[in-house]
Amino acid sequence: MSRYDAMFERARERREGVFGGFLMLGDPDRARSDLLLDALVEGGADMVELGIPFSDPIADGPVIEAAANRALAAGIRTADCFAMIADFRARHPEIPVGILTYANLVSARGREAFARELAAAGADSLLVADVPLFEAGPYLSAARDAGIAPVLIAAGNAPDERLREIARRGGGYTYCLARAGVTGEREGIDLDHGPMLALLKAAGAPPPILGFGSRRKRRPAGRVARFRRPNEGGDAARLTPIQRPRAAEDFSACTESPYRLVRRHVSSY
Amino acid sequence: MRQSGRFGEFGGAYVPEILMPALEQLEAAFLDAQEDEGFQAELAELLARYAGRPTPLTRCRNLGAGVTGGGAGLKDAINEALRDWTASFEQTHYLLGTVAGPHPFPLMVREYQRVIGREARAQILEYEGRLPDAAIACVGGGSNAIGLFADFIGDEEVALIGVEAAGKGLDGSDHGATLLRGSRGILHGAETYVLQDGDGQVSDSWSVSAGLDYPAVGPEHAHLKDSGRAEYVGVEDAAALDAFAQLARHEGIICAFESAHALAHALAVAEAAEDEPVLLVNLSGRGDKDVAQAQKLLGLSA
Repeated sequence: MSRYDAMFERARERREGVFGGFLMLGDPDRARSDLLLDALVEGGADMVELGIPFSDPIADGPVIEAAANRALAAGIRTADCFAMIADFRARHPEIPVGILTYANLVSARGREAFARELAAAGADSLLVADVPLFEAGPYLSAARDAGIAPVLIAAGNAPDERLREIARRGGGYTYCLARAGVTGEREGIDLDHGPMLALLKAAGAPPPILGFGSRRKRRPAGRVARFRRPNEGGDAARLTPIQRPRAAEDFSACTESPYRLVRRHVSSY
Repeated sequence: MRQSGRFGEFGGAYVPEILMPALEQLEAAFLDAQEDEGFQAELAELLARYAGRPTPLTRCRNLGAGVTGGGAGLKDAINEALRDWTASFEQTHYLLGTVAGPHPFPLMVREYQRVIGREARAQILEYEGRLPDAAIACVGGGSNAIGLFADFIGDEEVALIGVEAAGKGLDGSDHGATLLRGSRGILHGAETYVLQDGDGQVSDSWSVSAGLDYPAVGPEHAHLKDSGRAEYVGVEDAAALDAFAQLARHEGIICAFESAHALAHALAVAEAAEDEPVLLVNLSGRGDKDVAQAQKLLGLSA
C-alpha cells in the first residue's frame, strides 16, 4: 500500500480528515529548513508538501515567492533538495511527501531523470504547478514510470469532462484549488466546491485535498472548520502555513493548534 | 484548445490549470474572429482610417540601407501579470504585447503584427522591383520581428535576421541573447529558449533597451532558429547607441534603442557587402522614450 493510501486508510479508521502543510525546501537555509520540516510533523501534519524553489513561481504569491528567493539566496540547488528529501525520509519513514515545483526545473534535468531522483530520495508524489492537463502527458508517464504519483490540480472552473480526466489520470491525491488566485494572497475560500467534489468522487478520483494559503498565523484552521463541516462530503484539507517562523519552536506553536482543530472538524468521506 | 499551440517542438500552454478555461475562451474568440468577415473588415477600416496604415516605406540613402517606418524587466512584469490573472480571469483580459507566453498569445500577436511584413513586402516590390536580400528586426520577446518575418517565411531568397541584445558582451552574463546563449526551457507558459543555469533557474538578462531585456523569447523564434529558416545575431549596447546616433544625425529619425540594434546590424551587413544589398530594417519603435537616456549615455548635454 502506498504511503498516501495508508494515510487515508488511517484517517478513515479515525473518522477524521487529513491535514498537511507546505514548506519551501531550504528556506531560510538547509539546517533550519530541516528543523522546520520536523516541526511540521511534530505539529501534527499527516502529510507534507515540499517546494523545490524556482526563480519565477507564477502560480505562487509573494509569501511563497519570498520563501523560494530565500532558499535560492542561501545557495539551495535542486540536488540539495533531493538530499533534504532523502534525509527527511530517513527520519520519517511513513509520512507521505509530495513535491511541488515548476516545469522548467523538471525539464532542465529531464522529466524521467527528475522523477527517478525524486523516487530514489523517497518522495511519494510530484505536482508541477505550471503543467495543466493539456501538457501533462509526458510528465504523468515519467512520474508513473519512476513510481511517483502524479498529482493533478482540479479547479472549480474546469469543465466536467476535464475533471473526469483529471480523476482518471491523476495519482496520490487530487489537489483541489480552494479559491482562485495565487497561494497565500487572500483570506476566505471563493470557489464552490460541492459539485466538483461530488463529480471527482463519482469519477473515482484520488482523494481530494483542499489547497490554500492564509495571511494569518494562528487562525486559518477556524475558517476551514467553518467551511467544511462534517458530512459535507469533503475528505481533507491542507494548510499552507505561510508565516515564516523565526525558529522551529515558533513553528510548532503556530501549527499545532490549527492541525488539531482541523483534524477534529474535517470529516472522512 | 482547438490547436496544439506548437511551432515545431516549441510553444504550448504551460500555465496553472485554473487559467486554461480563460486561454480556451481566448483561443476560440481569436480563431472565430479570424474567420469573421465583418470583424476583418472593421479591423481593416480602423487600420486604414484611424491608424493611418499602410505605413510608408522610407528609403535612407544617406545610410545606404532601406528602412521601414514602423521598466523594470519584462520578466517580472509578466510574472506579476500572470499571477494577477489567476485571481481575476473572470473579469480581466490579459493583453500580452509580445509573441511570448502560452498559446494562443504567440499565434494571436503574430497574426495582428504581420501587417508589418505584408505592407513592407508590397512596398519594397513596388520601389525596388524585387524582394529584399534580408529582413532585419530586433528580438526581445520577438513580436515586431515575427510581424516582419511572417510574410517572407515562404520567400527562401530573403534572409530573415533577428538581432538580440548582446548588451555588454556575449561572453559575460550581461546580455539578453536568449537564442544565442540560452538553452531549451519553459518560461511564462511556453517551451522555448531561456537564459538559465543547469538547474533551470532563470538568469537575469541585461540590455540598454528595456524591450530586449528578457531572458526568454517567443516560441516561434525558437522554431525558426532550430529549423534554420532564420538567423540570429547579437549587437552590443555601444553599437546600438552608435546606430541610434547615426540615424538621428543623417536621417533625422529618432528610433527606439530596441530598433537601433536591428539598424546596427544592417549597417554592418551593408558595410561588409561588395554590392549594394537591399536590406529591410524594421524600426519598430520611436525613440522619444530614449532621448534623455541617449543624451546621458552619449555624453551630450540637453
